[in-house]
Amino acid sequence: MAKKDQRMSETETEEEEETEAESMSESESESGSEEQKQESKGGGIDYIMSLPDVPRNLPPHVELQRTRVFANIDAPTHTDSIQYSGAFASVGLDNSFRLDQFRNNFRVEVIRFSDDGMDMEFDMIGIDPALANAFRRILIAEVPTMAIEKVFIANNTSLIQDEVLAHRLGLIPISVDPRLFEYAENNAPNERNTIVFKLHVQCAKDLEEEKGQSKNKKDEKKVPPRITVKAKDLKWLPKGSEFYLESEDSNSNSTSKSKTYTSFTCSQDSLPEFSNNKIGFKEPLDDINIARLGPGQEIELEAQAVKGVGKTHAKWSPVATAWYRMLPEVVLLEEIEDKDAETLKDKCPVGVFDIEDIANGRKRINVARPRACTLCRECIRGGDEWEKRVSLRRVKDHFIFTIESTGALPPEVLFTEAVKILESKCERVISELS
Amino acid sequence: MEHGSYADNSNATFSLTDEDHTLANAVRFSLNQDPRVSFSGYSIPHPSDNRVNIRVQTTGAPAREVLKDACQDLMMMCQHVRSTLDVAVADFKLRNPPKKDEDTDMK
Repeated sequence: MAKKDQRMSETETEEEEETEAESMSESESESGSEEQKQESKGGGIDYIMSLPDVPRNLPPHVELQRTRVFANIDAPTHTDSIQYSGAFASVGLDNSFRLDQFRNNFRVEVIRFSDDGMDMEFDMIGIDPALANAFRRILIAEVPTMAIEKVFIANNTSLIQDEVLAHRLGLIPISVDPRLFEYAENNAPNERNTIVFKLHVQCAKDLEEEKGQSKNKKDEKKVPPRITVKAKDLKWLPKGSEFYLESEDSNSNSTSKSKTYTSFTCSQDSLPEFSNNKIGFKEPLDDINIARLGPGQEIELEAQAVKGVGKTHAKWSPVATAWYRMLPEVVLLEEIEDKDAETLKDKCPVGVFDIEDIANGRKRINVARPRACTLCRECIRGGDEWEKRVSLRRVKDHFIFTIESTGALPPEVLFTEAVKILESKCERVISELS
Repeated sequence: MEHGSYADNSNATFSLTDEDHTLANAVRFSLNQDPRVSFSGYSIPHPSDNRVNIRVQTTGAPAREVLKDACQDLMMMCQHVRSTLDVAVADFKLRNPPKKDEDTDMK
């Protein structure tokens, strides 16, 4: 970084010198390469660029191609983002990265939060797709959450098979902050890396059993008892597993305390982070169906949830999905009035255009809701004349980012975590190279 | 891991394990914006290997240092993104106080 800044300031001083070069004699200016000095003397590109009336920016059509994707009728054009530092060297423009420039240009605008605060939409402006996509990929695949990984089934007489049941359990999102836990890796399950849930439900075996209790026998005969097992039936076991390990001396009962499937040293609800914050399934996620039980059927199991990431299995992904799209831009290349305006308004399936009345009872189209545009290109279909009237574009550095959290963490925290993960990846590379 | 020559350290291939497009593409972006870099690119030699090779060729500076600087730049950008987002979210929540808080109080 320091080196680059230094280099940057060097080029700046060179330019200054070049502007003054006319008044200065050759021997007076000391730094700067010989070549450039000769060029500036002989009217080279650097000298031309230093003249006051030469534009410092890109020509408008190149600037447009740099910053916009054009959705033409046949195919999109100018879809690439220009990253190379010397891409515009021939017009004397430095395309290299400058942090201060990034800081000045980068903006975030929050558009909406859903009512439960778990969905979020925001605009990220002034960032390259390489980074935006890195954040998206990390959100989906590398931000950790807790999910059920091991299921110990003591009894399952339901129709749903053990392995299917275990898979269903794994996919239930658990509303707990994964940052409070460690990765289990190959360690024994303890209170720092595992959450244990118990599920024990059974459906009444026979109608006769209930006859004594309820009076309307006729109704019961028609409707045999059935139970829907929901996520809320999973009960958190803060003290760890209640299933005892089978061992040779289990019958002799030599140790006062038999071993269970987990080795918790203390109860999780005695830990400060969970003492008044029970681990469970937040509404409406507690209403997820796990199984249906018929008369006499029973499920008894214990499930262990551990920390993991989405690239191992999608059950650990903290987002239902996270995606971005670039900001659509609808530009009218000419005024469209009266009959054509009506036609254009009707062409658009998502209602991007509005008609406004202007003087003398005439109507004019205006672009009212460009964000709704899906770039379906319906408006530029139907002849050459429409292509000349409307231009559809996307802004390359404006990302409309949407994050749908599954409930473990709010979306803004997930995003922050994702950015931190990218940072730690960079840090790893730096430390490995040092 | 770095693969290059001792005589000329301006060209090198870096082999990163347990990384994928996520980091490699971001680093390539950052490298390409460095004026010292004459070529940079990455490849994933085999999709079932968790490995990515990043090629860096510079105009003279040691490739290792240039790659480190690129990562440093990325980190600075990340930090800025994070702080900007925090401010934007705090602003939004200030302007639109959530209704759900009242609901949960009622329950």
